[in-house]
Amino acid sequence: MLRRFWRKAWAIVSVNHALMNEYRAEIVLWALSGLLPLVLMGVWMNVSRGGQFGMQPVDFARYFFAVFVIGQFTTVWVVWEFEGDVVEGRLSPLLLQPIDPVVRYLGMHVGERITRVVFIVLFCAVFFGLYPGAVWWPGWANLGTAMIVVALAFAMRFAMQYTVALVGFWTERASAIESLTFLCFMFLAGRIAPLAVYPEGLRRVLWWTPFPYIVDFPVTILLGHEADPWPKAAVMLGWLAFFILLNRITWRRGLRHYSAMGA
Amino acid sequence: MRRYLNMLRHFWATSLAAEMEYRLNFAVAAATATLGLIGSLFGLWLFFSRGGTLGGWTWDQSLVVMGIFTVLEGVSATLLTPNLGRLVSHVRTGTLDFVLLKPIDSQFWLSTRYFSPGGLPDVAFGVIVTGVAAWRLGLEPVNMLLSLAPLATACVVLYSLWFLLATTGIWFVKIYNATEVLRSLLESGRFPSSAYPAAWRFAFTFILPVAFMTTVPARVMLGRGGAAWPIASLGVAVVLFACSRLFWRFALRYYTSASS
Repeated sequence: MLRRFWRKAWAIVSVNHALMNEYRAEIVLWALSGLLPLVLMGVWMNVSRGGQFGMQPVDFARYFFAVFVIGQFTTVWVVWEFEGDVVEGRLSPLLLQPIDPVVRYLGMHVGERITRVVFIVLFCAVFFGLYPGAVWWPGWANLGTAMIVVALAFAMRFAMQYTVALVGFWTERASAIESLTFLCFMFLAGRIAPLAVYPEGLRRVLWWTPFPYIVDFPVTILLGHEADPWPKAAVMLGWLAFFILLNRITWRRGLRHYSAMGA
Repeated sequence: MRRYLNMLRHFWATSLAAEMEYRLNFAVAAATATLGLIGSLFGLWLFFSRGGTLGGWTWDQSLVVMGIFTVLEGVSATLLTPNLGRLVSHVRTGTLDFVLLKPIDSQFWLSTRYFSPGGLPDVAFGVIVTGVAAWRLGLEPVNMLLSLAPLATACVVLYSLWFLLATTGIWFVKIYNATEVLRSLLESGRFPSSAYPAAWRFAFTFILPVAFMTTVPARVMLGRGGAAWPIASLGVAVVLFACSRLFWRFALRYYTSASS
């Protein structure tokens, strides 16, 4: 049973990996389109020289570079993929197969990640070559924890966006809703600035929302800072479970609606 | 010239009529723009929250830069993305043939055919932010008027960069995300160029001329500095526009239509 599952999973991932390898030039460009943290890094390094942020320029450099790296692992585009599949009718044949379409979407993302890893290593080499002062070693324990948390962050991001995508069963504007949630990720997750420089009250509220768990939490662990991991991991797992549940309920109801439309 | 203006009127009237069918889109765009504005203001405020300074610019002065940036963002969502985003698919599906056959300049058609009102909320918010900041700073109306010139050149610079990049779609059919790279770098125009360390400033002035888009018009508005930067930005605009023109002609020599 378990072996058959792994064989199927491996088949789907390796097919997608081969496909994504063909488009590696495009993937480099996608990776580069996440350069915004490096732009903000410049401003924050400059600003931190004047103010009382409790962080040195080099801390900001490390923080934003870690945001860039983590962002490479957590980007998700399933909402556009799914929208295209529904609008152009590609979903119907997928539904006939004895495998849930989510497996394909997941496989697509995982396969792409494998292609991307090579470029991420290259980016790291270039960045640390240009700025050797920013090199840091988080320690094996933190690195291992960061990898687990990044995997969970990706799972949560995927579950959230896939749930938004499923709204596409009812309306054609699912990607517009996604652009609203994307703004939340932009401003509430720690992408524009470390959550540490946010006002205290706002920060406390934000840790109850799912957003900082995608960016600030894994980044803090990767930097090897005091992250207070256990309560945060509990909230994160709670949100993950919530989104998976919401997703499955939406999927069932949406599917009924979809077939009722008669396509 | 007259003919082209007339054409422009028809282009935009028809795309506006088409967009009227999707009024909900406009509402969503307005909601997104509002949230985006709140977020941007918050992000800017963070720099000042603990006694930091933005390269010698005060809060109100930086708001002028951010307002101009928001206007340009709206302009690109209204005119650049809808038009130049389609160029690649014209190449891929071969419909560029039809464009080239029309008795009208192909670059003009490709750059102006569509008009999407989705960016207008951003333009309005940008104008409001700039206006409020200008009022709080008590800026000279003369300088406000003068700044329209570098603003116009900023639009030309933005357009030319975007068109240059879109033109490479003649060779690389999958260029859609190259414009995403450009967009993520243009975000740097949100802040005055002196807010960046030297290496960033160099890149954003000479490699990707973002400084000419927002900082130079803002300086004119604030009545800072002489005429050197505005004149330079005019130069940059003229050179880049000429490049976009020449590069388009050059690229068309390599266009062989779809499946050939």
